Amino acid sequence: MKLITAIIKPFKLDEVREALSEVGVSGITVTEVKGFGRQKGHTELYRGAEYVVDFLPKVKIEAAVEDGILERAIEAIEKSARTGKIGDGKIFVSPVEHVIRIRTGETGASAL
Amino acid sequence: MLTWMKRLVAGGAMALAIGATGVIVTSPAHADEVKKPAVTAPAATPAAAEPAPVLCSEKCNKGDTAWMLVSTALVLLMTLPGLALFYGGLTRSKNILSICMQCFMVFSVITVLWAIYGYSFAFTEGGAFIGGLDRLFLAGMNPDSVAATFSKGVVIPEYVFMAFQAVFATITCCLIIGSFAERAKFSAILVFMIIWFTFSYLPIAHMVWFWPGPDDIKDAASLEAITARAGWLWQKGVLDFAGGTVVHINAAIAGLVGSFVIGKRIGYGKEAMKPHNLVYVMTGAALLWFGWFGFNAGSALEANGSAALAFVNTYLATAAAVLGWSVAEWVLKGKPSMLGAASGCVAGLVAITPAAGFVGPMGSIAIGVFAGVICLWGVTGLKKILGSDDSLDVFGVHGVGGISGALLTGVFADPALGGTGVWDYVANAVAPDYSIASQLWIQAQGVITTVIWSGVVSFIAFKLIDIVIGLRVKEEEEREGLDISSHGESAYES
Repeated sequence: MKLITAIIKPFKLDEVREALSEVGVSGITVTEVKGFGRQKGHTELYRGAEYVVDFLPKVKIEAAVEDGILERAIEAIEKSARTGKIGDGKIFVSPVEHVIRIRTGETGASAL
Repeated sequence: MLTWMKRLVAGGAMALAIGATGVIVTSPAHADEVKKPAVTAPAATPAAAEPAPVLCSEKCNKGDTAWMLVSTALVLLMTLPGLALFYGGLTRSKNILSICMQCFMVFSVITVLWAIYGYSFAFTEGGAFIGGLDRLFLAGMNPDSVAATFSKGVVIPEYVFMAFQAVFATITCCLIIGSFAERAKFSAILVFMIIWFTFSYLPIAHMVWFWPGPDDIKDAASLEAITARAGWLWQKGVLDFAGGTVVHINAAIAGLVGSFVIGKRIGYGKEAMKPHNLVYVMTGAALLWFGWFGFNAGSALEANGSAALAFVNTYLATAAAVLGWSVAEWVLKGKPSMLGAASGCVAGLVAITPAAGFVGPMGSIAIGVFAGVICLWGVTGLKKILGSDDSLDVFGVHGVGGISGALLTGVFADPALGGTGVWDYVANAVAPDYSIASQLWIQAQGVITTVIWSGVVSFIAFKLIDIVIGLRVKEEEEREGLDISSHGESAYES
């Protein structure tokens, strides 16, 4: 079982969610975040004062998936979130030791 | 000096200069004619003269009275909520309520003080620098009391004149708070305003605007006699239709001195301190523009042609200044910003204020464009040179725009450039000889006097308050935001 953490452009969220549903991902968690990477920020000018905005708004998606659909899930995110322009984001994959569904106490794959 | 006096602008006069024998105002104050430049301030006329007193019920024109009542309410709208929104949007979200509260409280404090002693010291006869005690607590004023206008034989109810001048005093004080926004102690601001209002606003208003009124001016001798009883800058012939010196330069200098004495905000130049809501800024600027029709056109004191000219100039100069600022910003900085348009709007309003009833429409457009461009420099290049943290650019807009407008009034009031010239109350006509150079020098004297006077009073007041109660909030209170730390509330859900 793996945890996929993807940082994407905010306006791509709906497409990514649909693509993940299609490959069988049963749930995701979304957080609005800010950060910087290769994409440059921008400057804002207020009368005489110039401010450099380094941190750009992004959306972070977290989804725990079974190993069997990991590759397809990653591919779904890649395809749906890609614009081809700088700033499309990143996907991180990390192992998950344990999963528990709070309502029923189920664990492992059946808890997803 | 008398010569100057004679020339006073016809601003108001344009319209109804009724040569007539006119009504004699009741009070000592009203007496004769003279110039009419400084629009706003014909003196109130309290007392009675030898002839039967002029009664409002007999002499006041209902149209004039209605217009002045409406104008007064329009000027109130400029401060609440106009200025509060304009300033509030420029602050960070943790300080907007402190700005609104400062505007509300300063407005209210000055309003009450105006009735108690402000009106009397500014608009009754006394010396050349300050008025007298006749109207302390508005003593003797009743619905039949009248105030002179710029036309012989035309009077308005003294109550509305008093209220109209009151809203001017209040907005002037409220303008100052922008210079030290986001860090000043609330109690210190209130004390400062009381001191500054008393020792700077009232004398300057008296110097620039007080005169006994035109009714008794019949010849050179009576003109001289009347002029001798007017305020010091009025005697010199300074043209200030609606308050370029009294309101804008006066307030801007106080703000600039405050920004130096109080010091910079914590993190100034390092942390981002960008405006938190430019929609408020736009709304506030638009309300200021709207209310300014009362401010400038109302300063004619009558519903006449002079008021109409001031109205048109207030309209045109402001639009020109929006264009001037926005285009300059577009060319020089790459993008035309909403903040720039709103700032240009205020810059244009400020600059046309002293000129409103004295220049022609094309002159007002020229003044507007100039103000828009020069004030952009005021909040960028000049601000860097000055080096103080004038948080909301009170000096860059009101100081630079006010001085520009005051000086350019001397240029564009020239009838050869479409202006009204200066009214000669003896001949009851526009004075034939207008000299831009000499009027410019007179205007400069008005500017210099205001800068020095307000600067000295402000510096002493700030220093005194710093010693006694302190000017700034504590560092942690400033970081938390004045909304919570000074007023115990917040504008937004966090």
